[in-house]
Amino acid sequence: MKAHLKLTFLCLQLLIGTIWATPATDRQKIRAYYQQLFPQLTLADYADGVYAIDPIAKSSWLAIEEFPPYEIALEQGKTLFKQAFTNGKHYADCFPNQGIAIAQNYPYWDTATQSIITLASAINNCRRQNQMPPLSYGAGEITQIMAYMAYTSRGKRIQTDIPAQSSAALAAYEQGKAYFYKRRGQLNFSCASCHIDNAGKYIRSEMLSPALGHTTHWPAYRLNTGEMSTLHRRFEVCNELIRAKVDPAQSKALRQLEYFLSYMANGLPLNGPATRK
Amino acid sequence: MAKRSSIKIRSKRFADHTLVRTLIAHPMETGLNKDKDTGELIPEHYIQSLTFSHNGKLMSECHLGFGISKNPFFSFKLKSAQAGDTVVISWQDNLGYSDTLEHHIQ
Repeated sequence: MKAHLKLTFLCLQLLIGTIWATPATDRQKIRAYYQQLFPQLTLADYADGVYAIDPIAKSSWLAIEEFPPYEIALEQGKTLFKQAFTNGKHYADCFPNQGIAIAQNYPYWDTATQSIITLASAINNCRRQNQMPPLSYGAGEITQIMAYMAYTSRGKRIQTDIPAQSSAALAAYEQGKAYFYKRRGQLNFSCASCHIDNAGKYIRSEMLSPALGHTTHWPAYRLNTGEMSTLHRRFEVCNELIRAKVDPAQSKALRQLEYFLSYMANGLPLNGPATRK
Repeated sequence: MAKRSSIKIRSKRFADHTLVRTLIAHPMETGLNKDKDTGELIPEHYIQSLTFSHNGKLMSECHLGFGISKNPFFSFKLKSAQAGDTVVISWQDNLGYSDTLEHHIQ
């Protein structure tokens, strides 16, 4: 009888837990989980991704960062950013503070369009407003412009809000969270399978990074391709690897995922552009 | 505005040597890659010779092939370099393009 009562009580607690799971409590839970997994790390350390927990990879990464390969893209990005559109306007005219030191405010919930605006989509919105063809997401020019914008925002702390008065914003966050935890693909993996449950363990030769801080260091120069790459391109590759349907970069699902991850990483310093394996 | 050099050079002095590092922006096409849109082979375009000189004296002449990566990175160790010394790095590729940059050791 007593055991029965206990079980009912537990069920009730679980029920209340799920109903009352607000974004803030989700964030607390994830951080507490990583805290017991990697007690040696401070919150800001998570901005370094897997290098925070892999000392061997970190030493070679630090050596690369002394003369980082993304500098070429950074310079090109600066030139592109300052170039005028055909109508004489600039990227700077589309963004608050002339586009300098603002990357930490993305992604954000836009009440006018009822959608999540990421930095990449904001760049293309800016181009559309100025009668320029949008850039393709994932590689090329957009990574260079983002590299420059991220560089000017280095050290700024991520500020992703979920506006309290907007239920649609909360729904978008919840969908992003669901995407993160939902198993899919032939291998039946979720994002969480690797980056929560097995963070810090090896998958063949590579160590799995914690999900906290996944949004801090983009765009990144990937050593495996020798190209600059975006967060959404990385999401695509993850889905390819688990043999799932690939949601294209900047699709609604991936923007919601970015919104969720970015909210988890609130307060972490931006350190992009970066070099990653 | 002057065109930006394709070469970047940085140097660092240590107790017994000076490390000079360089990053060169170059496509380093092998001639075996295909253009994704047209399916045509991209003609080979790679650096053939890279020279490194210290105070006007040629220290190293490297003959490169298409096996070297895109945007290649090289580093050189100098045994007897002083602050203010000049190093010059220049390259020439198979299509006749070239670039050169002078750098003063700090």
